[in-house]
Amino acid sequence: MDTTARVLVHLFLLLAFAPLLQGVIVKTKAFFAGRLGAPLLQPYYDLAKLWRKGCVFSRATSWIFHAGPVAGLAIPPLACLLLPFGRLPAPISFEGDMILFLYLFGLSRFLVVAAALDTGSSFEGMGGAREVTFSCLTEPTVLFCLLVLARLGGEPSLGALLGAHLPSLWHSSAGFSLALSMVCLFVVLLAENSRIPFDDPTTHLELTMIHEVMVLDHGGPELGMILYGAAMKLMVLGALLLDVAPLPPTGQPALDALVFLAGMVALAVLVGIVESTLARLRLTRVPQVLIGASLLSIFALVLVLR
Amino acid sequence: MANVTDIVLLSVILINFYILGSSRLVACIKVAAAQGALLALLSLTMNGLTWHAMVLATEALLFKGICIPWLLRRTIREMRIHRELDPIIGYVPTQFLGALLTSCAFLFADHLPLSTTQHGVLFIPSALSTMFTGCLLLTTRRKAITQVVGYLVLENGIFIFGVLLSQAMPFMVEAGVLLDLLVGVFVMGIVMKQIGREFSSLNTRQLSALKE
Repeated sequence: MDTTARVLVHLFLLLAFAPLLQGVIVKTKAFFAGRLGAPLLQPYYDLAKLWRKGCVFSRATSWIFHAGPVAGLAIPPLACLLLPFGRLPAPISFEGDMILFLYLFGLSRFLVVAAALDTGSSFEGMGGAREVTFSCLTEPTVLFCLLVLARLGGEPSLGALLGAHLPSLWHSSAGFSLALSMVCLFVVLLAENSRIPFDDPTTHLELTMIHEVMVLDHGGPELGMILYGAAMKLMVLGALLLDVAPLPPTGQPALDALVFLAGMVALAVLVGIVESTLARLRLTRVPQVLIGASLLSIFALVLVLR
Repeated sequence: MANVTDIVLLSVILINFYILGSSRLVACIKVAAAQGALLALLSLTMNGLTWHAMVLATEALLFKGICIPWLLRRTIREMRIHRELDPIIGYVPTQFLGALLTSCAFLFADHLPLSTTQHGVLFIPSALSTMFTGCLLLTTRRKAITQVVGYLVLENGIFIFGVLLSQAMPFMVEAGVLLDLLVGVFVMGIVMKQIGREFSSLNTRQLSALKE
């Protein structure tokens, strides 16, 4: 397939299926609680509802307040073009694109936090401070996991690192390091997407919020943009995690896409299970756990360096 | 995933990291018991199913996996403590030191003049790092029970070294399991201190005297 077709397939998979993962997580949590839960397609209905609403903006805000949701919506599709989806190769690939990948998310985080600070309210500032602190602590983990992959072969580009040579690496002595990297990337996924045990996405108490408090002031279409962007961010970071797993390469792109989607649904079920069985960590313990995950990824790197 | 021995040794190192970062005493003891059980498995996978290896494995499982943790859990229940205070240097520096010492163990083991067999590649680093972790726990924790758990971990590290030698010197390792007796002495010391504090005397004759 040529590049344009690959770009279109990637964008279609991301834009169409990202809210479905949120629905799967909600259904899993409801199953554990003995309820039926909201319908699987509820996030799509929510987005449609929010799109039809009007907006009210505070007079204390400026253009930065609008830049946050726009960045949250626009950046995950850009980032997904650098990443292979399962055994579907990445549409755009060049040397060093993993740095661009990481810092695209850094840019979106910066603009969201700036939009939160722009409102001038103290709760949003508190949430922004917490979010930035936890993201500082998750960046080394991702970098070290990527270093493990880089050490195991291939040029420093995401498409080459997560390519078809991975299943054979799992059977060699580097398999343990790859398993550790997957665990660390799962911790990063939970922390970056504000899931339990780092943040409760269903809390209604502002003092306990980290991510939701930053988006308290948005409403209508901008809130829809933020929700959609968050769902896409979950899917992109989940795709990064899934690419490290030993997925078997089938010959055809359609089957590869199906395997990828099945893997993403399984990942969403796993996130739902973790959310239902664990309690949220005390706020002072969260940096300790994140640093522990970094040290685990450093250990995985030490194992590969010998 | 090369072989079972490597997976067991790497799980032992992961358990070290967990104990360094945990503040819950019951969890630390359970996980140290699991580490002892893993070491029992290690002596079986390293030496095959010989008679001597099975005796060693049963001994390790009995002492490290069952008896000592039961003793420690009973002490915790009687003394009614379940949480650890912050270590002397704090949790994050302790974890950093643990990771640093593990990396140093890996680097150091590469420079030792060993006879290279296939199994020897991960044994020395994991034994060294377990011993370092045990020493770190002994020196940085405030509560006596956690220091005893640190001593247990140190002793697990010595056991890993002993498994390497078990074919050459048969009864050396059994003598090493006697180190577990020392743990029993520690626990008795803790309990006696507690009794002394409660009743302000260790003389059992006074216990049977009725108060006026």
